[in-house]
Amino acid sequence: MGSARKSAYALKDKYAIVGIGTTDYSANSGRTVRALAIEASANAIADAGLKPADIDGIVSYNFNDSAPAIAVATGLDIPNAGYAVDFLAGGNAANLIVLSAVAAIEAGLADTVVCYRAMNGRSGFRLGGGREFRALGPTQYTAPFGWITYPQAMAMWCRRYQIEYGLTPEQLGNVAVTLRENAVLNPRAMQRKPMSMEDYLASRMIVDPFRLFDICLETDGACAVVVTSAERARDMKQKPVYIMGGAYGGGPQQGDDLFDCIRWPDHSKNYSHYIADDLWRSAGITPKDVDVAEIYDCFTYSILMQLEGLGFCGLGEAGSFIADGHIRRDGKLPVNTHGGLLSEGYIHGFNHVIEAVEQLRGQSGPRQIADAEIALTTAGAMTCGSAMILRR
Amino acid sequence: MSSVEAYEKPVPVPDPDSAPFWAGCREQRLLLQHCEACGHNQFPPSNVCAHCGSGGLSWKQASGAGKVFSWIVVRHPVPKPVYAQDVPYVVALVELAEGPRMPSNILGCSPEAVVADMPVRVTFKQVTDEVVLPLFEPA
Repeated sequence: MGSARKSAYALKDKYAIVGIGTTDYSANSGRTVRALAIEASANAIADAGLKPADIDGIVSYNFNDSAPAIAVATGLDIPNAGYAVDFLAGGNAANLIVLSAVAAIEAGLADTVVCYRAMNGRSGFRLGGGREFRALGPTQYTAPFGWITYPQAMAMWCRRYQIEYGLTPEQLGNVAVTLRENAVLNPRAMQRKPMSMEDYLASRMIVDPFRLFDICLETDGACAVVVTSAERARDMKQKPVYIMGGAYGGGPQQGDDLFDCIRWPDHSKNYSHYIADDLWRSAGITPKDVDVAEIYDCFTYSILMQLEGLGFCGLGEAGSFIADGHIRRDGKLPVNTHGGLLSEGYIHGFNHVIEAVEQLRGQSGPRQIADAEIALTTAGAMTCGSAMILRR
Repeated sequence: MSSVEAYEKPVPVPDPDSAPFWAGCREQRLLLQHCEACGHNQFPPSNVCAHCGSGGLSWKQASGAGKVFSWIVVRHPVPKPVYAQDVPYVVALVELAEGPRMPSNILGCSPEAVVADMPVRVTFKQVTDEVVLPLFEPA
């Protein structure tokens, strides 16, 4: 695809994630989203050995389904929240908010920033269920035809890949089964019952070519991280996880909203094809250097496009790459070691950042990938998205 | 209340960019924006040409011919009460002969009969007093 940009993330190893926090993941939290956001953020601040008074920035993303940054700053009694910002965005922003925290600190808008995503994604606003039912704006060209939900949106992309390259149900099933194997080892995961290929193939067809087990979970919960400069990080409680590189973007014709893909040139490729060069260049590494990859998996198919887009395998090769076992925990590229959005839970991709940090700290218990030094996180599946390279 | 008034599915809400398109559908004419400056045909409508940025856009009637670029078969209805009677139904991205793609439904064949590049032709269906949708069937 090539990079159209002259610049890339230029702050390699100058910033770090120094704290992480979560809530329980459940189908019915019985709590406000605000309460979840405050709990995860407080846990991240404590994990870093800090106090709310040490925080002066807070940033999140939402679809009008969360508590705004100022509400969380208020709840935590942060005395001077400078950079308190909300992105109106989907999973595409799950890494972007961390990069924007770095940018804010570099610019002097803040020193130490909490990034979070909180949602009652099952008991409250269900992202997968459907969008605004009045067909306004870009929705007027999709919803009147019964093209309404995100599974229906991404199935259209997946079919296009199938047309271009061929794709079997088993090739998608390998993703679901592999990630479930990881979730079985993860006490935080919502789905820990082992899944066989037979189980996958027997799951009901929701929107052909997607079965139920091609589609991620819906979750109530929250995740948060604390970001600060590498210099400040050195004196903190946890071993810093450095942000080596990052990228955000997509190609031309990203559409009029996050669903719209009418003008997208090629639905067998997503945003990852467009940010790959910037991402690897910013960190000064290649795909071979990645020890563990937490790849945005709103659907099984999302992983295939990103493996190809970021250069872990060639175009049309992801199905066989996965079938050869390369994304299993004992493969050359362990993917979604927590079980991912498909089996751990859906905190809109921010749980991938938590897992990457735990892997790099060596805190992942039975699911720990030995000697993990460099992790990839990605966020987004369609026309725009973000990614980071982290190291211990 | 008539059955037309009881229509429960999302209906398009025209805006200043799209009003001519939906008005065209009411006359059973499939209209695309045509750029007078560079010749680009575009859908969805916009205030400017997505190819060259010109504001010099006119509306031209499309042939109504196209082919299936991609498609899905919806088997689980969402919302359930609204689409329960319709499943399985096909949503396709139709690539029109003039170039642009258009989301729509494929009628007149079983979902299993839909294949890539299948030739299709527009047909129109009145769903409310105000709204006519452009749908497609095998050519």
